[in-house]
Amino acid sequence: MRPWPVVKSFLPFVIGAPLFWALGEVVPSAWNLILITVFVNIVLAVSLNVVNGFTGQFSLGHAGFMAVGAYTASKITLSFADVQLGFLPVAWSDHVIFALALLAAMTTAALAGLLVGLPSLRLRGDYLAIVTLGFGEIIRSIIENSKPLGQATGLSGLPQRTNMTWVGLCALATIVMARRLATSTQGRALFAIRDDEVAAEAMGVDTTGYKVRAFVISAAYAGLGGALVAHAIMLCTPKMFTFVRSIEVVVLIVLGGLGSITGSVVAAIVLTIGLELLREFQSFRMVSYAILLIALMLTRPQGLFGTHELWDLPFIKRFSRTAARAKEAP
Amino acid sequence: MSANPLEVRNVTMRFGGLKALADFSLTMAPGELVGLIGPNGAGKTTAFNAITGVYEPTEGEVLVDGVEVNGLKPHQICVKGVARTFQNIRLFKQLTALDNVRIACHAGCKAGFLDTLYQTAHHDEEEERILARAEEYLQVMGLMHRRDEISRNLPYGEQRRLEIARALATGPKVLCLDEPAAGMNSAEKVELMQLIRSIRDRFGIAILVIEHDMKLVMGVSERLIVLDHGVTIARGKPEDIRKDPKVIEAYLGDAYLEEKHMAVPAGGGEGR
Repeated sequence: MRPWPVVKSFLPFVIGAPLFWALGEVVPSAWNLILITVFVNIVLAVSLNVVNGFTGQFSLGHAGFMAVGAYTASKITLSFADVQLGFLPVAWSDHVIFALALLAAMTTAALAGLLVGLPSLRLRGDYLAIVTLGFGEIIRSIIENSKPLGQATGLSGLPQRTNMTWVGLCALATIVMARRLATSTQGRALFAIRDDEVAAEAMGVDTTGYKVRAFVISAAYAGLGGALVAHAIMLCTPKMFTFVRSIEVVVLIVLGGLGSITGSVVAAIVLTIGLELLREFQSFRMVSYAILLIALMLTRPQGLFGTHELWDLPFIKRFSRTAARAKEAP
Repeated sequence: MSANPLEVRNVTMRFGGLKALADFSLTMAPGELVGLIGPNGAGKTTAFNAITGVYEPTEGEVLVDGVEVNGLKPHQICVKGVARTFQNIRLFKQLTALDNVRIACHAGCKAGFLDTLYQTAHHDEEEERILARAEEYLQVMGLMHRRDEISRNLPYGEQRRLEIARALATGPKVLCLDEPAAGMNSAEKVELMQLIRSIRDRFGIAILVIEHDMKLVMGVSERLIVLDHGVTIARGKPEDIRKDPKVIEAYLGDAYLEEKHMAVPAGGGEGR
């Protein structure tokens, strides 16, 4: 394999890691958790956008996949809390275990996505929404009735592992995944399904297969988001993953613009920080939130960004084209 | 001897009690241009749907390149080499003209999801190949100047042409065009028919056209099949079809025949 693609593949993370670490160092501690929430919401919104925005399927089950991921990761970090990988210093060992826990969270959530997706993606529109909604509730009631998962009180005393570097990299990973998908033949197949399923099928796109794949990828990143949340607040309870949580994510992507990664990111930043700023006006908080939503839906029903992306702006396009040419030159 | 690109053997389509298509047979040689005509509700689009896998034939079989494709899904049949356009245009409306055609190149893409996520060299090569191929087909259909335009904003005639470009990009052996000239004026229709001929000559593929405009379809096709109420009432060269009393009866009614003192064909009125 030629070296450039390998570098290109991981370049965003190599650049991103020190930046997020620095951000974590300079941010006042009062803002720490808020920013972590922003990044987690980016993970959730962008991943849900792959199903709801790119593929045009309406899923309401994001909180369910979050729960699967959160509980998987929590169980792992709890059982390995006292284990130290011999060849590594303590701090590093903890984070290696956390990384494995995150991977496990993504895997189990992806499996859950496959399990739900295979039978239900034959349904369309409202029916799919109802099935995914039901799935989220099923997960929650399984957890509430399962002793090893702590029933309604959940799991507490989790180690605090989520820091700015982790959430930053995970948010970046989600955005990079979505963008690479959107500019590839697989992503175009998803868009085709959204625009006209019959025509997509006639043009050789395996519509059921691609819907399931989009669903699985989205579920995996939802699981990642769930695991990050649990290890930020050191707690994992069924109440964190109710139907309301799913709706919150749907609100983010609808506001940002279904199908727009930029829109999801901006909506996640603006709404999360906005809600935090409104905290001073306690009683007006949710009222103003609702008014904001209504106003936006009236003035821009297609969402803030529609289906547009930041990198579609002419001058950025020109820049990336120049960069590509410079790359080919030597 | 190589197999015919498309062979339809005694296909019958039943929807409950309704026989939408009865005992339909068709063999197409490479590079042949066949017209499928008939009055409204004759079963022409049903025949298309049975060939392209939207419906599974109740009886009979469809062979593409000598391989039976009954029961396969439309996307699998597309890969085998049957592409189609739709009667009411079905473009990917929110995507650009280029992306519409690029999606049709999708089936031949060998780079998988992981290639995409890691942006491997393989992924880059495949994307470049798809781009070049899509641009080639846009060029063929004279749509290069619309490359980056959202397909929904194209004028009607160009939307039709884009749909044909998209169908061609799947690399078909048989191209099925469902009323490609619908809604066009006569000048546009003539131009389109010339285009269809040139596609056939350039790519050497078999083309099956559904068309309402008799003059047009007679001018362009080498062979015609006439359907009425799901039954094949005539087949043959355009000049013979024009004189066939059964066809005249189906289109103009038996009153016309009586007026002209021609015999009403036996069995021609069945199913009324």
